[in-house]
Amino acid sequence: MEQFYVFLQQLINGVSLGSIYALIALGYTMVYGIIKLINFAHGDIYMMGAFIAYFSVSYFHLGFLSALLVSMAACTILGVLIERIAYKPLRGATRIAALITAIGMSFFLEYVMVFFVGAQSRAFPNVLPALRIEFFGGKVFITGKELLIYGVTLFLVVLLQFIVRKTKTGKAMRAVAFDREAAMLMGINIDYTISATFALGSALAGAAGVLVGVYYSAVNPLMGMTPGLKAFVAAVLGGIGIIPGAALGGMLMGLIETFVIAYGQSTYRDAVAFAILILILLIKPSGILGSNVREKI
Amino acid sequence: MKRLLSKKNLAILLGILLLYGVIQTLISLGILRTFHQVNLITICISVIMAVSLNLITGFTGQFTLGHAGFMAVGAYFSAVMTVKWGVFFPVSIFSGAVLAAVFGVLIGLPTLRLKGDYLAIATLGFGEVIRVVLLNTKYVGGAAGLFGIPRLVNWTWVFFAAVITVVVIRNLLWSSYGRACISIREDEVAAELMGIDITHYKVLAFSVGAFFAGLGGGIYAHYFYGLQPGTFGFMKSIDYLVMVVLGGMGSITGSILAAVVLTLINVVLQQFSAIRMILYALLLIVIMIFRPQGLMGSKEASLELFRKMGRRSGNGSLGSK
Repeated sequence: MEQFYVFLQQLINGVSLGSIYALIALGYTMVYGIIKLINFAHGDIYMMGAFIAYFSVSYFHLGFLSALLVSMAACTILGVLIERIAYKPLRGATRIAALITAIGMSFFLEYVMVFFVGAQSRAFPNVLPALRIEFFGGKVFITGKELLIYGVTLFLVVLLQFIVRKTKTGKAMRAVAFDREAAMLMGINIDYTISATFALGSALAGAAGVLVGVYYSAVNPLMGMTPGLKAFVAAVLGGIGIIPGAALGGMLMGLIETFVIAYGQSTYRDAVAFAILILILLIKPSGILGSNVREKI
Repeated sequence: MKRLLSKKNLAILLGILLLYGVIQTLISLGILRTFHQVNLITICISVIMAVSLNLITGFTGQFTLGHAGFMAVGAYFSAVMTVKWGVFFPVSIFSGAVLAAVFGVLIGLPTLRLKGDYLAIATLGFGEVIRVVLLNTKYVGGAAGLFGIPRLVNWTWVFFAAVITVVVIRNLLWSSYGRACISIREDEVAAELMGIDITHYKVLAFSVGAFFAGLGGGIYAHYFYGLQPGTFGFMKSIDYLVMVVLGGMGSITGSILAAVVLTLINVVLQQFSAIRMILYALLLIVIMIFRPQGLMGSKEASLELFRKMGRRSGNGSLGSK
């Protein structure tokens, strides 16, 4: 029975981590779906989101909700700016060139932050009332932070699904992702649609950053690197370019990682993600929800 | 034999020996002190790493982010052989390089089926897995690192290792193998239709690149006394990638030039690592936007090129687009 409680507790933790990965992975998958670029800077937008929330809470004394909104808005602008300045000129260039630019952008954001705020971790102030719901006589518990992560993630994923499925912009995104030239011929404004994709993805990354800040109570300029890569792996796991796939992949990734830490060796946690990646790429490169696409010559 | 001893080759040989001789003399006379020597060795290692990465990324067009992983394999294995098994050090450095090449084949066979960016992520993942495994292996010191490796290589060893690397890779590329690799970069489908076994040549380029990365690692281990898993992280791979990109993807002389210049810049900016990284980041972005083929493109620096530049007409020597 003791084992079962531990399992339940790890499940609760794993879903929190998974929610965060899912939010980041959504942005990766949308951007990859539309311009076939692994946006390495995406993890750093998430870091920027965490920092903006940190500053708005510490210096402007905003509450959680307003900090979240400010952060998401700022990340939206940042994401669109990055796309316009760094990625747009390279739309016709080779994929390698675009990828190297993305890596450059990622380092740029990281080390500009290191330069201005220093590399050390900063404590994220507590913005939530302490809440702890216990089950089975306190052996399993869920905190307010975790409930908040579940709630915000669920809301954002549903909202995103609504935007992509029902709105005109969302339809344009799917059209551009499916066939850019054909979409252009149908009168869809490609530049606007791609910017909108970056905006949405970056807003989600910003939200993830705020949630991580609240959850782990710490932010630092290099925090985006590893979660960014893992979220990308999550997107590949679910099937890159597929929105429900990213959510599923992120959740799985969070759960797997949590259980590896709980039952295996915590020092291997970073290797697990990549081991999973190599396995998927070998077994089913299109991901869990993906279907194989034949290459056209 | 006649071609081997052509005027041009003799001139190059003479140039190399002259460069070696001048620096060796300066070292013997005590003009170049330890500080300078360390930087010279670092430059040579960077040349080895950048040229071997260029073979994979620049010439064959396979974008890899795990080059430091191969370096780690070579470094750790050769260090273990020398320190723990008491093997004569050139043998252990060579074995380290061979093991890195074996890893190259093992990693390459499954992952090289992947296209561009997937390959990049897979190799990045491989590099990280190696780092984490080293971090968790008590036998090689774990997170604390492996120390107590005697400094067995000196300027002579390192310089000629770099020369051999460049010559081997240059000759490989100017052979039918090299042309096959370049054709894969230019158009995979077309190359396959012309009867080129794509996987074979990709794995070949990958393992040769890995071999020399392992060599670079072995030399690193036998010069810097100690190894730490953290040294061979993702950032190291990026350092070498920046050299290849800056010098020109598909230009050996470009890589050499970039390796020398960037290593010197690193020395100058050693105290300001944040500024160095911002500079690197901007360099990557700006080069990609304004000159995606790198400074040299796919041209090689040679007397020929300078003569042509004098006549205001430049045409690439190999694989120019």
